[in-house]
Amino acid sequence: MSEQFEPVIVGFLCNWCSYRAADLAGTSRIHYAPNMRPIRVMCSGRVDPQFVLKALREGADGVMIAGCHPGECHYVEGNIKTLRRYHLLKNLLRQWGIEDERFQLVWASASEGIVLAEAVNRMTEQVRALGPLDWKDTVIGINGRGSFSKVETASLVEEG
Amino acid sequence: MSEKVGVYICHCGSNIAKTVRVEEVSKWAGEQDQVAVARDYKFMCSSLGQELIEDDIKEKGLTRVVVASCSPHMHEKTFRAACVKGGLNPFLFEMANIREHDSWTTDDTEAATQKAKALVMAAIDRVIHHSPLEPIPVDINSNTLVVGGGIAGISAALELADAGYHVYLVEREPSIGGHMAQLDKTFPTLDCSACILTPKMVDVGQHPNITLLTWSEVEKVDGYLGNFTVNVRKKARYVDERYCTGCGICIEKCPFKVVDNVFEAGLGVRKVIYRPFPQAVPKYPVIDVENCVYFKRGKCKACQIFCPTEPNSIDFEQQDEILQIQVGNIILATGFDLFDVSQIPQYGYGRLANVFTSLEFERMVNASGPTEGKVVLRDMQTPPKSVAIVHCVGSRDKNYHEYCSNVCCMYSLKFAHLIHERLPETEVFNCYIDIRTPSKGYEEFYHRLMDEGTHFIRGKVADVTDAARTTEEEGKLIVQVEDTLINKQRRIPVDMVILSPAIEARQDSREVSQQFRMGCDFDGFFTERHPKLDPVATMTEGILIAGACQGPKDVPASVTQGAAAAARVGGLISRGTVMMEPIRASIDADACSGCRICNELCPYNAIIFHEDKKVSEVITALCQGCGTCVAACPSAAITGAHFTNDQVMSEIEGILWDVRKPELVPG
Repeated sequence: MSEQFEPVIVGFLCNWCSYRAADLAGTSRIHYAPNMRPIRVMCSGRVDPQFVLKALREGADGVMIAGCHPGECHYVEGNIKTLRRYHLLKNLLRQWGIEDERFQLVWASASEGIVLAEAVNRMTEQVRALGPLDWKDTVIGINGRGSFSKVETASLVEEG
Repeated sequence: MSEKVGVYICHCGSNIAKTVRVEEVSKWAGEQDQVAVARDYKFMCSSLGQELIEDDIKEKGLTRVVVASCSPHMHEKTFRAACVKGGLNPFLFEMANIREHDSWTTDDTEAATQKAKALVMAAIDRVIHHSPLEPIPVDINSNTLVVGGGIAGISAALELADAGYHVYLVEREPSIGGHMAQLDKTFPTLDCSACILTPKMVDVGQHPNITLLTWSEVEKVDGYLGNFTVNVRKKARYVDERYCTGCGICIEKCPFKVVDNVFEAGLGVRKVIYRPFPQAVPKYPVIDVENCVYFKRGKCKACQIFCPTEPNSIDFEQQDEILQIQVGNIILATGFDLFDVSQIPQYGYGRLANVFTSLEFERMVNASGPTEGKVVLRDMQTPPKSVAIVHCVGSRDKNYHEYCSNVCCMYSLKFAHLIHERLPETEVFNCYIDIRTPSKGYEEFYHRLMDEGTHFIRGKVADVTDAARTTEEEGKLIVQVEDTLINKQRRIPVDMVILSPAIEARQDSREVSQQFRMGCDFDGFFTERHPKLDPVATMTEGILIAGACQGPKDVPASVTQGAAAAARVGGLISRGTVMMEPIRASIDADACSGCRICNELCPYNAIIFHEDKKVSEVITALCQGCGTCVAACPSAAITGAHFTNDQVMSEIEGILWDVRKPELVPG
């Protein structure tokens, strides 16, 4: 294996669109980064924020949720619920100093193998550039003081 | 409790084994906790591969099975069946997708093997937490609702009715027949559309097993597969169907005419009390309230005065009726709309009189249409000496619809033929991007047209204008087009232009899809369960789709889908009871705080709230198993069977087996 850092990304793929998009990417022999490890859920709406936190805590460097395009959800509007939760959770993760690129929401229909593959490639590169997620230092912080210092820095950077 | 897991790694010939070191994965899997046996095999889906699983369950007493092979969409059913044969509950099985999601996506053996291990470990950790599940039995009501009385709906209704099952056919217009009733000839055989359609319509009207509800719309749908309750609004016709004989004297005597924008596509007129066309089924007319002088000013009543029936059939007091019907399945065949060509102003429709839409032309060439089949310009008398037919108006165009509308090539060829037939001296230009004739007899028809002398110009029309540059162009419509075969810009002066507009989803298809709780795509066409292998089912069990509401299609394809949907429904009815996947949510009443967050989230209204006990409950048969409520329950009182928190959390642990930092995880 090469020396470069290989991030591990957990992907929650909905059964009807994105999981099938990944199937199609495979069937079409589209080569893409092997860094995303897929977990099937019936609907992206099933992705409990706890799953995302669990994955990040357990050692994933990033989490991708992939679902049907808005308006195309096989369960009518589960993906809209996902979208709402995604933004809430993203704000929370940001407060903890976890970079936006580490948590991404992707829409990929069953016919969009290439869209999913490209999203995985893009995210892999972004997370690789960020380096490993050190949950211990980032979120728990030294002596359990949390990530306050980091958040403050982050917000200063944003405002500046 | 410790489980005995059997892990099977498939080579899939060389499809997996070429990139993933399967023997290594198998050996490694055998060393994992609770794994009783791990094997690799050339083709796990073969009968020999399945027997491996069955034998191991019996001989080694396996309590869980993991197969690492292709996508579960390919072979999950196969391996579940193998588990059952071995005597294991099918839900104590899990699949790891190391082909589509792994070996086919990379050449890097190291990375592919590592990913395969992660996927296998995820499946092992998950399957340990599986519970045996039993399919849910549901009784099927043998009545079926068909929505839409076009050719797809007619064919579905007749198939079912002929099989002995009762059908309610709901149609929004006063008559069934749909777009096909408007057509003159059908390609490529040039059968007269009415000649082949009207007998079917009559069959529907007379069939003892069909309750025909025209001038009616579905208002509300409740229930689930096998047990739907549907409210249908039967709009007031102001004609009492009990007494009306369909003699048509009221229509004759009605003193007022209006432009018929529906059936005659704006090219003809109809009376205010009317039947859309003479062969309409049912034969009863309907009063157009908006234009009726009696409804506007309280005077006239000519129809009532001349109605010969006893008692009088005209009933100005008639009200809408709401009918409640019980059905087991619903087939949606709601058809299509045509793209509004005035959205492309450079083609001049509405501004240049002699630019027509295909539907206008269709009515014009129809012997029972407003010109009695004569091809004439907008003045309704001059025959054109030259006609240009513009293909792909709004289709295959990124500005409007990217998809191909499927039928326009063929009907444009048909138009050319009909013009040659009626006006042998007239020149016809077909301006196309590509000619698409992929069905039986279609290509032959195309060749026939080339022999008949139609000019084919390969190029997308840029502009239709009346601004002449030469004397030859004076008084003509000039079609500006790049002929890409000779690489030249051309200006073709013609008398008449026919636009072939895109087939669009119905304007209200999104609302309809919500009403029936199933999906539609970006373009508004209803989404099938699987584009290839399950084209008439939807994601909602008991709701099927047929015809152009699923995507542009021609008559034979619509008939096929109608019959296919009927066959599916017939199969369910004859079984009487069906087993539904037990992947459903359930609420632990003791843990439920009664917050009702889940009630609003459920897209199927499957969660009800018990006011007395202050707890919510999932109606199992209504639940489709998406799990959105499970993720949202703040008390973790909802369990999503086969996708429980335990199962997914363990899967996450497994998938990160090589990078895990368990010391950071509380609990």
